[in-house]
Amino acid sequence: MTANRKKKTGGSVSYAKYGYFFIAPFFLSFLLFQLIPLASTVYYSFFSYFRDGRKWIGPTFAGLDNYRYLFSTDLPRYLGNTLVLWLIGFIPQILVSLLLAAWFTDYRLNLRGQSFFKTVIYMPNLIMASAFSMLFYTLFADSGPVNSVLRIVGVTQEGAPIRFFASILGTRGLIGLMNFLMWFGNTTILLMAAMMGVDSTLFEAAEIDGCTPRQIFFKITLPLIRPLLVYVLITSMIGGLQMFDVPQILTRGSGDPMRSAMTMIMYLNNHMFSRNYGRAGAVSTVLFLICGVLCVVVMRSLDSDRKEARQK
Amino acid sequence: MNTSSVKANEKSALFSLHARRALAYIVLTVLCFLCLFFFYVLAMNATHSHYEIQRGFNLLPGRDFMKNLSATLADSSLPVLKGIRNSLLISALSALLSIYFSALTAYGIYAYDFRLKKLAFTFIILIMSMPTQISALGFVRLIGRMGGTNHLWPLFLPAIASPTVFYFMIQYMKSSLPMEIVEAARIDGCSEFGTFNRVVLPLLKPAMAVQAIFSFVASWNNYFTPALILDSKNNPTLPILIATLRSKDVASLDMGSVYMLIAVAILPVILVYLLLSKFIVAGVTLGSVKG
Repeated sequence: MTANRKKKTGGSVSYAKYGYFFIAPFFLSFLLFQLIPLASTVYYSFFSYFRDGRKWIGPTFAGLDNYRYLFSTDLPRYLGNTLVLWLIGFIPQILVSLLLAAWFTDYRLNLRGQSFFKTVIYMPNLIMASAFSMLFYTLFADSGPVNSVLRIVGVTQEGAPIRFFASILGTRGLIGLMNFLMWFGNTTILLMAAMMGVDSTLFEAAEIDGCTPRQIFFKITLPLIRPLLVYVLITSMIGGLQMFDVPQILTRGSGDPMRSAMTMIMYLNNHMFSRNYGRAGAVSTVLFLICGVLCVVVMRSLDSDRKEARQK
Repeated sequence: MNTSSVKANEKSALFSLHARRALAYIVLTVLCFLCLFFFYVLAMNATHSHYEIQRGFNLLPGRDFMKNLSATLADSSLPVLKGIRNSLLISALSALLSIYFSALTAYGIYAYDFRLKKLAFTFIILIMSMPTQISALGFVRLIGRMGGTNHLWPLFLPAIASPTVFYFMIQYMKSSLPMEIVEAARIDGCSEFGTFNRVVLPLLKPAMAVQAIFSFVASWNNYFTPALILDSKNNPTLPILIATLRSKDVASLDMGSVYMLIAVAILPVILVYLLLSKFIVAGVTLGSVKG
């Protein structure tokens, strides 16, 4: 390919300008719809700017007041909620995905029906999260099908259903379950691809040396797929920070019980709808800073992947 | 070690292999059950009347499919047809714009040498995982000033810049677009833009099809941004309708039509997925780290 490039640039016609033409629409659209809005979002975070009844107050410069207010009131708690809700889904997700991927790629186990299983477990990833959440709400409601079955089976008494959405554990647990269901198939497929990329002679050598499947998994497979594990962890964390549809629909935007399911984006959404642009800007900026750090990690992992590929 | 103990070892190894296989099938079956069960219940409930649904799980289809469908479509407080139309338009146009312009951008970086090439690539990879919600405030205000509030274009035009689709396209080009083809087209007198449209694009068809589906589904399912731009009462998308439904008092709802609306939002995607799952599952891995 390098030879081709040389031939091309060595010719009398320079094609370089077409490169700029072709990437221009992307960058113009990005500039207009994302970069300029981001800049103005950060800008507003330093202003006191909100609607009080019918009257607009501001914008007046307020320095770091919005940040001070957010950090001294609810923001740390909602950031904590977001982290907890993410972890409830992510921990089972990564464990189950590692297990499934190890099973699927174990040639001695030789599982049948792999493409069927993969198709089924990936499916929930494409489901509309808000509709999925509404479905869970109707199924687990006090008078919903889950409770009527529990009553018929005799787990609960007539008139005393399990009120899933009145307890913190029930609400958070169901949100975690939905996130788990929506993402474990995706993670399994990514991990499988990584495990299949490991040189199979390593496994054979380990087996001849008398390693158990467990040893092979922990001493060979895991260390070799570390780059992908980092990628999965970080992208999932960014996804977790964006969590909105599921808790918003499930709790009708309230984050109840006791706002234990209020996430950062729900908080942002509330400020947007109550037209407090200064605080909405500050919440966005905090999220931007966190995501910025995480994005650099993702870029590094994709970039080192590219360099390795070139060396091969 | 004598021969009998070797045999015993082999036997126990064989047994543990069988046991592990059995365990694997059991776990997989349970997980598949979990993945399918809720959607099965959804499909079944959508065909039952309110009264039948209240009694518990319906494991067999009922007879009220048409009744629920017409009740859902006739509900004057929920403009369902408008929601379906909006969702379809936004998703289809987003998919088209994102695959065409991502392919164009990827080709620009893949096929040409220019000074900012490396920088442009690194920049796109950097913003690839950045959530769009963080600039939502500025976006909504900008769209307001441009007169786009309650219009559909603010929801599909930004798809021109889709970093993940771009990354997928450039990976695909590296693996299956030889530059010799482009050179040949040039020698035959094809213009640069013509080469892209008539020679390169047809070669990218498989990648574009997969990405079109991902892109369509992503905007079909998107709730946050449309809810900020559109008038949720008169000009909704399907996720907004679901949220409106959730904001009502449950006791007053006809559950048959509630399940029908959820089914209308979810099941078309599942149907398309089941038809094309082979390509979609294969496409999942192409846009990430190679381990």
